[in-house]
Amino acid sequence: MSQSFIHYFLVPLVKGLLTVVLVGLAAGVLTWIERRLLGRLQIRKGPNRVGPQGFFQWIADTIKLLFKEDIVPSRAEKALHLLGPLLLFTPAVVVLGLVPWGPNVTLFGVTTPLHAAADLNVALLLILAVSTIGVYGIILSGWASNSKYPLLGGLRAAAQLISYEVPMGLAVVSAILMSGSLSMVEIIEAQRKAGVWFVFPGLIAFFLYFVSGVAETNRTPFDLPEAESELVGGFHTEYSGFRWAVFFMSEYGNMISISAVATTLFFGGWLRPFPNVAWLGFLDVVPAFFWFAGKVFLFLLVYIWFRATFPRYRFDQLMALGWKTLIPISLGNLVLVAIAVLWGAAGLKVLGAVLVLLVAAGFFAVWRRPARPRTSTTMAATNVEVRA
Amino acid sequence: MTEPTPGTVAQFPPLAGPPLLGLHEMELNFGPQHPSTHGVLRLVLQVDGERIVSARPDVGYLHRGTEKLFETETFPMVIPHTDRMDYVAASTNNHAYCLVVEKLLGVEVPKRAQYIRVLLDEMQRISSHVLWLATAAIDLGAITPFFYTFRDREVILDLFEEYCGARLTLNCMRIGGLPVDLTPGWLEKVRAFTEPFEKCIDEYEDLLTENRIWKERTVGIAVLDEKRCIEWGVTGPVLRAAGKAWDIRRALPYECYPELDFDIPVGKNADTYDRYLVRVAEIRQSRRIVLQCLDWLEKNPGTEIRGKVPRVIKPPAGEAYACVEAPKGELGFHLVASGGNKPYRLHVRPPSFINLQALPEMAQGHLVGDLVAVIGTIDIVLGEVDR
Repeated sequence: MSQSFIHYFLVPLVKGLLTVVLVGLAAGVLTWIERRLLGRLQIRKGPNRVGPQGFFQWIADTIKLLFKEDIVPSRAEKALHLLGPLLLFTPAVVVLGLVPWGPNVTLFGVTTPLHAAADLNVALLLILAVSTIGVYGIILSGWASNSKYPLLGGLRAAAQLISYEVPMGLAVVSAILMSGSLSMVEIIEAQRKAGVWFVFPGLIAFFLYFVSGVAETNRTPFDLPEAESELVGGFHTEYSGFRWAVFFMSEYGNMISISAVATTLFFGGWLRPFPNVAWLGFLDVVPAFFWFAGKVFLFLLVYIWFRATFPRYRFDQLMALGWKTLIPISLGNLVLVAIAVLWGAAGLKVLGAVLVLLVAAGFFAVWRRPARPRTSTTMAATNVEVRA
Repeated sequence: MTEPTPGTVAQFPPLAGPPLLGLHEMELNFGPQHPSTHGVLRLVLQVDGERIVSARPDVGYLHRGTEKLFETETFPMVIPHTDRMDYVAASTNNHAYCLVVEKLLGVEVPKRAQYIRVLLDEMQRISSHVLWLATAAIDLGAITPFFYTFRDREVILDLFEEYCGARLTLNCMRIGGLPVDLTPGWLEKVRAFTEPFEKCIDEYEDLLTENRIWKERTVGIAVLDEKRCIEWGVTGPVLRAAGKAWDIRRALPYECYPELDFDIPVGKNADTYDRYLVRVAEIRQSRRIVLQCLDWLEKNPGTEIRGKVPRVIKPPAGEAYACVEAPKGELGFHLVASGGNKPYRLHVRPPSFINLQALPEMAQGHLVGDLVAVIGTIDIVLGEVDR
């Protein structure tokens, strides 16, 4: 086999397949993790019957979903009904392919970056562009189902996802400003050079990115397009069997890809903590890929934690939050980061230190805040207003 | 999507104002098989986008002809049927029915039985309110409070099971008193649950009361002020959240309530959030009452659980109305007796059904997402609405 065959055909093929398979597997395992963790948070056990600690539950569920009847509503738009889930799933895989998982690795005598696609110099733009396509999947499946609840879900998704693209894009711009590059690998290298993860100077940007990310993946508290208690199942009400499973997988795939991008942009990707502090070198024992995967995993845990904690926003409140709060903040943040970048290398560190101090002060203030009196614990008279 | 069959349902009132953009509203069928309608409530919505132009409840999917059924049963045999009305608060149903028959019979219920009845009622109120909290939170997307509330509701149901053998359809009262005396050691178990229960209520409040999203979803939603509440005949926590301290336990006292010390929490803003606060405060008050009943029962041991009731219950011909403060509002029974051993007519004043009337007014102008909050805030049980 010639070298070019290996490098231009075999290796990309293997890596591409690996990405697709990994997203599927990770989505499956993640459902198990989510259900177990939610169980812990909700004083119950979660699935614990199939396999050790119920680990094979997700495989059992997959098999069940594969063999379930594939129902397409009789008056549905058949082609679009099929296209919807695929359009949602593909971007999740593509985005994950564009994120570097680690530096070069050598396997079977072939050295290649641990990176499904090439290190594109416009990777970040491509990620933003591709992830937007997912919206069409939701809108089309909502429309193609020819039913009213999915239609409402699709409409909600259209408005919500397009609105939250804006703060998300603006948050990403901060990372571009700090690194001066659109290439994911160079953004990681820039964090090594700056000696600080971009999450510190880009604390606001990271916050905006993550909140918008939760909205983009339709997770609680922004799960309005599916909103079980309101729209039954939202855009996937009329889906069953494996078509529904693809929606399910894409939700988890999108969570993973949003977390992976956040990790790369703000948490140094596969870098260990404090990449240029020499005495922390022992941390390199852990391979770079595991640093990356560990950080992604932490974000995923936060997603699950959100789900256990928050009620759902209402549609107009969601839009107000996006347009009236997040977008102005992201614009202001952009100015702040731009000033710090113009100042030079010290600027980023100063900005980072100031933001971290502010957040710490905020936490301290909340921690010290006197607790609100409970309803009526001290009521004595017959008629007491419960409202202070 | 099913179309309403002409002739079986009323036509919609004409829409106010010209349709927006020349488009017409979408008709959305909400229920009876919808996760948030708390049973089989069906609402026919006219929506403009997500904005509700009108909501029309279509009830009757759970209609079992209970009131007609009452007339075919002897007086003691009616009690299990009352269980199946508000099936999450069976004890208050039993209570209200027993009260009305006792009123006509002129039977005096022994003090001990009164205290046990009140104890059961208040435990039932706790379990009902806690169930309301669980479902109302889950309607708004907060899934976790559900499990915390069910943890505690489970204990109450276990206690009921130990007392009367049933967890839901309790059938735990008899005309003139109670079916059986307390199980030995039962009071201690109730105390072991009730005393630390305050902490559990704090847990629910930690999850919701100051939760920003919870407040945004509930403050100012489904406002029904005191005047409209009274015009609609709305009672219970919905009325009290509007600022009217109307509670049957105080206003028309029955059993041993005058001897007990408790407060009536009232709200101010008549919105969903105040109803939430009122219900949580009522859970705390019910806990207080349970503790007082426990104290009394421990100080006054005895075996007297039934008054002097004839073997065959035949109230004299006449009419009587008796009501209790059920968890959902005023639950009343109007009995017309003809002198026989069966009720001639037994009419129920079900709080859920009467409170549900206010739903179209409360829902109008809100979004579809708020509708589930509106349904939740009324606290309906379809078994009682449809009977």
